[in-house]
Amino acid sequence: MTVPGVVALATETLIDASAVDYLIIGIYFAFVIGIGVMASRQVSDSVDFFLSGRSLPAWVTGLAFVSANLGAVEIMGMSANGAQFGLPAVHYFWIGAIPAMLFLGVVMMPFYYGSQARSVPEFMLRRFGTGAHLVNAISFAVAQLLIAGINLYLLGSIIQALLGWNLTLALVAAAIVVLSYITLGGLKAAIYNEVLQFFVIVAALLPLTLIGLDQVGGYEGLKDKITENAGVGGSASAAEQLNSWPGTALTGFSSDILSVIGIVFGLGFVLSFGYWTTNFVEVQRAMATDSISSARKTPIIGAFPKMFVPFITILPGMIAAVLVSEIAQTKAGETVEGGASGTVKYNDALLYLMRDLLPNGLLGVAIAGLMAAFMAGMAANVSAFNTVLSFDLWQTYVVKDRPDGYYLRVGRWATVGATVIAIGTAQLAANFSNIMDYLQTLFGFFNAPLFATFILGMFWKRMTATAGWVGLVSGTLAAVLVAFLSEGTLGGLSVGVLPLSGQGASFVAAGAAFVVDIVLSIVVSLVTVPKPPAELTGLVYSETPKEDLVDAAEATRPWYQRTLPLAGVALGMVVVLNVAF
Amino acid sequence: MTENKAEKMTEKKTAGAFDIRNVIGALLGIYGVILTLMGLFGDPDTEKTGGVNANLWAGVVLLVVGAGFIVWSRVKPTVVQSPPPG
Repeated sequence: MTVPGVVALATETLIDASAVDYLIIGIYFAFVIGIGVMASRQVSDSVDFFLSGRSLPAWVTGLAFVSANLGAVEIMGMSANGAQFGLPAVHYFWIGAIPAMLFLGVVMMPFYYGSQARSVPEFMLRRFGTGAHLVNAISFAVAQLLIAGINLYLLGSIIQALLGWNLTLALVAAAIVVLSYITLGGLKAAIYNEVLQFFVIVAALLPLTLIGLDQVGGYEGLKDKITENAGVGGSASAAEQLNSWPGTALTGFSSDILSVIGIVFGLGFVLSFGYWTTNFVEVQRAMATDSISSARKTPIIGAFPKMFVPFITILPGMIAAVLVSEIAQTKAGETVEGGASGTVKYNDALLYLMRDLLPNGLLGVAIAGLMAAFMAGMAANVSAFNTVLSFDLWQTYVVKDRPDGYYLRVGRWATVGATVIAIGTAQLAANFSNIMDYLQTLFGFFNAPLFATFILGMFWKRMTATAGWVGLVSGTLAAVLVAFLSEGTLGGLSVGVLPLSGQGASFVAAGAAFVVDIVLSIVVSLVTVPKPPAELTGLVYSETPKEDLVDAAEATRPWYQRTLPLAGVALGMVVVLNVAF
Repeated sequence: MTENKAEKMTEKKTAGAFDIRNVIGALLGIYGVILTLMGLFGDPDTEKTGGVNANLWAGVVLLVVGAGFIVWSRVKPTVVQSPPPG
């Protein structure tokens, strides 16, 4: 993330947008608001608003599942990683996302959907009671506000860089658009917009990538040019940039073997399983489906587009590093003026590539696509936040037993509140970008122990309520401790006792959180009293009738509509991609 | 809550214009028209794209994909049904 320089009223814009581009952007906004209005006609109760009436088909929620994550951080961050590290950035997709998404669909989703819990924290409440629930619900709600603010800030700074609007004005305008369609249409409006956003993003980034590839002389030409420039000014060697394994430049580990272990266990197992299987922003999309079969297929269908996203994010980043002079100079270790923040950063790679390659018209589609992505990212945070606040905090602890309409109103007000707070956190992000980075790293640490607690709780009926919250808290503390002892993970707070930095430190921190959580959960469970088995039906594998975990109707459908064969195909494709690159 | 659900169960109809496939088709189609027109009559900016008329190509592809979505929703319309009990 970047710190903006002095914000002038009409800054010089990075890109020359013409009337046609504005028209295309305007049409997109009309569609976004229109979807909110149309969805609002179908909202009649709180389940409609928060869970979209549990009525959506799997392909819609599957695309929304991918889109909810395809926000600012993903698009700008992954093209930046591509420009800086080259191919190893694909690990964030093929190792760091797909296996966890498949696991969520095959193993965990039946419990989430089947338990009829309305949120991930609510599942926590039923399985482990109040302690773990409060830890989970509050940390999740706070993290969403923060991340919504970061998404909003990135959106505002893009609008500022592209169209020359004042940052505050851009922030407020963007927030109002998101607010209006979420308050009106709830989760359905958010999901429909995410699906629409997915296609606009592809329509924006695919031509950009193809034109770029054409100009560098195809993939072979790109390889030649990267090899030519590699190793200058501290950039990674050609071999490191053009092979996804072992990815030492990415992890910061000097040993190949440790780097592979770090990627597979740290990123691929603990971090990504923690994120994808317990993050309510994602799981909420699957909970909005019409059946347990659709719920399970949501992340699995999402895995197919997800595995090709690197080709329209990382690849253009790599192209930008050889085609765009500003990015190429930055990569060669020079400091270049310009960009969204005053100095050119890798984060600007995509914007510069758009400037250099796209004619007016396609340029408008590309700007609309980026704005769509950032709005959808924020909308996903806000719609998950209002559910957790209304059901998990307000209804559970503050005002109980009111009629349904009351909680629907609470949800709408929570949306308004969240948006206002997000404008505040966006300002914070603008002024203290480093602090926000560290906070985001910190919140990432909540996910790793969550996965440990969930998976142990789902398969070990002996695990007790006390073990639930003790595991979560101690696991998080273990991660924070590792980050504190490493070099620079938490900025000036890190003391540098452990020789770890960059991504590698995060992988180790997450691994520590996982192990500490599992060990302490087992120890505490053995000395405390478990819940009676009757209360664990639908929550723990051994106590749930097998027919509750699958959709009986599924067996009669063709293979491409069944959960397991689809997951198998996705897994096979990802293995092929890993071998090929 | 139960009253509203009961009402919904009685009306079984196609989702019509609100079918998300029609919305996607409409947006991509409109973009397709604009880009195609830009490609035919506007400045193709070939020094940027390296000789390709990118607007025209992208426009035509968007028109085809957009039309595909609308045809899909016509051939297999979504029926708005009552949600499953629970």
